[in-house]
Amino acid sequence: MRTGVIAKKLGMSRLFKDDGSHVPVTVLHLDQVRVVSTRTQETDGYTAVQLGWGLAKVKNVSQPNRGHFAKTKVEPPKKTVEFRVAADALLEPGAVISAEHFVVGQKIDVCGTSKGKGFAGGMKRWNFSGLEASHGVSVSHRSLGSTGNRQDPGKTFKNKKMAGHLGQERITTLNLEVAGVDAERGLIMVKGSVPGSVGGFVLVRDAIKRTRPADAAYPAALVG
Amino acid sequence: MNLIQTIEAEQVARLVANRAVPEFEAGDTLRVSVRVVEGERTRTQAFEGVCIARSNKGLNSNFTVRKISYGEGVERVFPLYAPSIAEILVVRRGKVRRAKLYYLRDRSGKSARIAERPRDLPAADSKGAAPAAAASDDASTDAS
Repeated sequence: MRTGVIAKKLGMSRLFKDDGSHVPVTVLHLDQVRVVSTRTQETDGYTAVQLGWGLAKVKNVSQPNRGHFAKTKVEPPKKTVEFRVAADALLEPGAVISAEHFVVGQKIDVCGTSKGKGFAGGMKRWNFSGLEASHGVSVSHRSLGSTGNRQDPGKTFKNKKMAGHLGQERITTLNLEVAGVDAERGLIMVKGSVPGSVGGFVLVRDAIKRTRPADAAYPAALVG
Repeated sequence: MNLIQTIEAEQVARLVANRAVPEFEAGDTLRVSVRVVEGERTRTQAFEGVCIARSNKGLNSNFTVRKISYGEGVERVFPLYAPSIAEILVVRRGKVRRAKLYYLRDRSGKSARIAERPRDLPAADSKGAAPAAAASDDASTDAS
């Protein structure tokens, strides 16, 4: 298992193909995504790489983090994230991952934090159908309806789908397709939409339900 | 310019190099040649009508062409830079006072006519367009 990458969602666009078709894409930005630290079997009991995105001003980095980044002599990143990898896919600290880590046509999983929707009713949150528009229904057209039985069991069961907070949670979209890669600028174009708002961070990894294409670099495609 | 605007501008430049986009606006009569794929072979199909709206938003720009086909109004929205369009030809320039001509949908026959823009005006009021291009468009109008 090779590492994924952390990317910033820049927004959506489209790609016009020469055959006349066009593809709606989400543009993800890899800004100096580099290995900040590693976890090894001997020291931590598992193998993983810690990646950083972007460059943070040193004055904005806390003292404990400054010490952590100084240990491997890397520039402090804006955001860090850890990916579990196989022992033979471990990378050296300081290695910069290229956008060509993913190849065009490859299936990927993208994980992000969805947009917050606030306190939402049952119709929006759980796709309930609500009550009828007429036939004697008054005031409560968008209500849940029944939440249980009668004196027996005499309670509403736990986990009953009800109104409540919707969105702003970790969402993984599986099997998205890579429509384009721009290694110079560090851009990955993903066909379709990706969870989260523009400017948010997403995690991109090889699709777990598909085999990795043979031309994808292992352990990782590095810059330089 | 942010990164998305940059890559979209590059794409527009690449697409315009392959197929030029003539200067036209709402009220002009256009002949749009669309590439149609039938099985293995492709052919072009013309769609001729009045441009009733134009939406300028970079790569996502589009325009709406309306025509009357067998007595029934037909409207088609084309992406301005789509490679599936082989050619956009300005057949006639119309004189209108609105950017969106949606009022044409409620009209037919005589009241749906659009007066032709006077000959000498296009060169004067075409914003930054080469006079030669405007002249060639006039020539094609004469031919039709």
